Amino acid sequence: MAKQVGMEVGIAAAEAVGLCNIDMAAVYPITPQSHIAEHLSDIVADGRIDAEFVTVESEHTSISCVSGASATGARVYTATSSQGLMYMHEILPIVSAMRLPVVMANANRAISGPINIWNDHSDIMPQRDAGWIVFFAENGQEVVDMTIQSFKIAEDDDVMLPICLNMDGFQLTHTVELIEFPDQKEVNKFLPVRKPFATLHPDHPISMGTLGMPEIYAESRKSQDEALINSKKTIFKVWDEWEKMFGRRYKPVETYLAEDAEILLLTMGSMGETAEIAIDELRKKGMRVGLVKLRLWRPFPFEELKAVVKKAKSLIVTDRAVSFGGPGGPVFAEVKSALYNEKERPLVYNSIIGLGGRDVTVKDFMKLIEDAAKAGKKGIIKDYEYYGVRG
Amino acid sequence: MSIIENFDLFAPRLIDKKEYFCPGHRACQGCGEALAIRLMCKALGPDTVIANATGCMEVIASFYPTTAWELPWIHLAFENAAAVGSGVEAGLKALRRKGRIPDRDVKTVAIAGDGGTMDIGMQALSGAMERGHDMLFVCFDNEAYMNTGIQRSSGTPMGAATTTSPAGKVIQGQQTWKKNVAEIMVAHNVPYVATASPSYPFDFMNKVKKARKVKGPSYIHCLSVCPTGWRSASEETIKLGRLAVETGMFPLYEVEDGKYKITIEVDELRPIEDYLKRQGRFRHLTPEQTEKIQARVSQEYNKLLDKVHGLHSWSDLEFEWGLFE
Repeated sequence: MAKQVGMEVGIAAAEAVGLCNIDMAAVYPITPQSHIAEHLSDIVADGRIDAEFVTVESEHTSISCVSGASATGARVYTATSSQGLMYMHEILPIVSAMRLPVVMANANRAISGPINIWNDHSDIMPQRDAGWIVFFAENGQEVVDMTIQSFKIAEDDDVMLPICLNMDGFQLTHTVELIEFPDQKEVNKFLPVRKPFATLHPDHPISMGTLGMPEIYAESRKSQDEALINSKKTIFKVWDEWEKMFGRRYKPVETYLAEDAEILLLTMGSMGETAEIAIDELRKKGMRVGLVKLRLWRPFPFEELKAVVKKAKSLIVTDRAVSFGGPGGPVFAEVKSALYNEKERPLVYNSIIGLGGRDVTVKDFMKLIEDAAKAGKKGIIKDYEYYGVRG
Repeated sequence: MSIIENFDLFAPRLIDKKEYFCPGHRACQGCGEALAIRLMCKALGPDTVIANATGCMEVIASFYPTTAWELPWIHLAFENAAAVGSGVEAGLKALRRKGRIPDRDVKTVAIAGDGGTMDIGMQALSGAMERGHDMLFVCFDNEAYMNTGIQRSSGTPMGAATTTSPAGKVIQGQQTWKKNVAEIMVAHNVPYVATASPSYPFDFMNKVKKARKVKGPSYIHCLSVCPTGWRSASEETIKLGRLAVETGMFPLYEVEDGKYKITIEVDELRPIEDYLKRQGRFRHLTPEQTEKIQARVSQEYNKLLDKVHGLHSWSDLEFEWGLFE
């Protein structure tokens, strides 16, 4: 039977991994990921799971190490954050190009400088084009559910790609939430032992990670792009299966009171729950506002996004990262480009918010939406603005 | 009987006839490294997985859709052969324990050049050795970044001209002494460390076999003559490898459980000039510069002899690797 427990989300992430019969994990500690690493080491040290736990000397090695193990056919896990993810950057596109299933948690944290350990999305955004499947969790329950789902998706023969599950550092990782844990037997049924497509073993020697000359490189990149786009089918299939077994529905784009909304707000990650309260408050004031939450960042859910925003007059995209000298935040740039050729589309505004752990409250969201509504009436559209930032 | 028939008759008693690193790869003529890898694979046998760093060997042997590797082989990047190898070892260990792969001893071997070992790969190597993976790491040291066009590394010997340590009018060649990675590995308390050269094939293969048997980390530093980068004649590869040993530039020894042993004894070291003069990379050296290098080589060789005579095996202390397992 599934049980509900109050648990810190970082600990819960490790508990979820513990349910997944992993064979190997390699982690290097970094705030705010460290509770995941610590608790997973507890689970292994107490013999609750039979896995190799490799305490590596860097994140560059943790990602390299899990990739090597994945190539042998093992189910592998790693977790990181911020500078650690940046340090992995070189290896990330190799893992996806080699079609190695790896599940990685990223406890979202600002990148240096100035050095800052608190939450925003500036660590994952530079990894956008690494060819990974990228999810954003909104709460502890999603962290647990999507961790388990990720192994099934990553290891599917039609996918064979690494997955990065983003969870906001501190806001999620260090918050105690009420979480329903699926039963071990049910997880075993949902997620059987990995059956790898190809492995590094002397019985069938193969070469992995060979040299691609100009005659083959472009085809290799194209096929990888297709693989990532096609992974959507498996992601949806796995989410359907999850709903049937565990009752919770997952969609690439979630909405809240969006159907009749004139103004829509778009968030990714844990801010979504705060934003819902702001939407409720503004609805009480009679404003027709709604919320769109992106759960799937790569492959980008173009159709699903277009469908939910097309009737709105304006769409305020929040970004928790800066694209210096660019068109606005990275989420805004993606959303705007996705809608550009559409006949029916809202005006798109961008607000950069919640950088480096700056708190974003219900009042902030209300003010943000009300300000955008006023500006919209006056016909003022700025490319992007920093919300509540001095100077 | 022709020479080849003789080879067929006698060779199988000495060496595995099967090729695991196959003909058709694109190594330069006289490549000491390709020869060394071929011999290493024969000594390792089929139950081996190779984790290869980016470098000459990856480039010459893995042109997609071809491969020279008859062993399972993986390559990710330049600096992480030891890290990938660590993962391969951990993965195989877990899968074997859990009954998901056949219950047999498969050795993980990570290989890299001097750059991928001594410079950019040093951290991953140190980490892997410290963690005690059941893995052999072999450095094929051709003493510069040959794959990118002969740039200096920390393995380049003093005085050698490379494309980034050129023999200029004011500064002539490499200005630093070669980093001693074998010693760094000894300092990690790795149970088996050796230096080797394909110019002494049986010595090299015996060392690989010994390292393969170690339950834990082991390290072999193999000097790989590179005619392209050393500006030497391709038919002199074997001779140069021997001269490196005979002059004391690259002594062949092993360190087993902390105990040093010279495996190729040299009664009297030849002057280093015999080695240097056959290579274009040392062409510019003045007699004074050669003398300085000679002094250093003699000093290092004496240091090694002190260790050979002075240090005892820790197996006398009944030390067991993996005591807490």
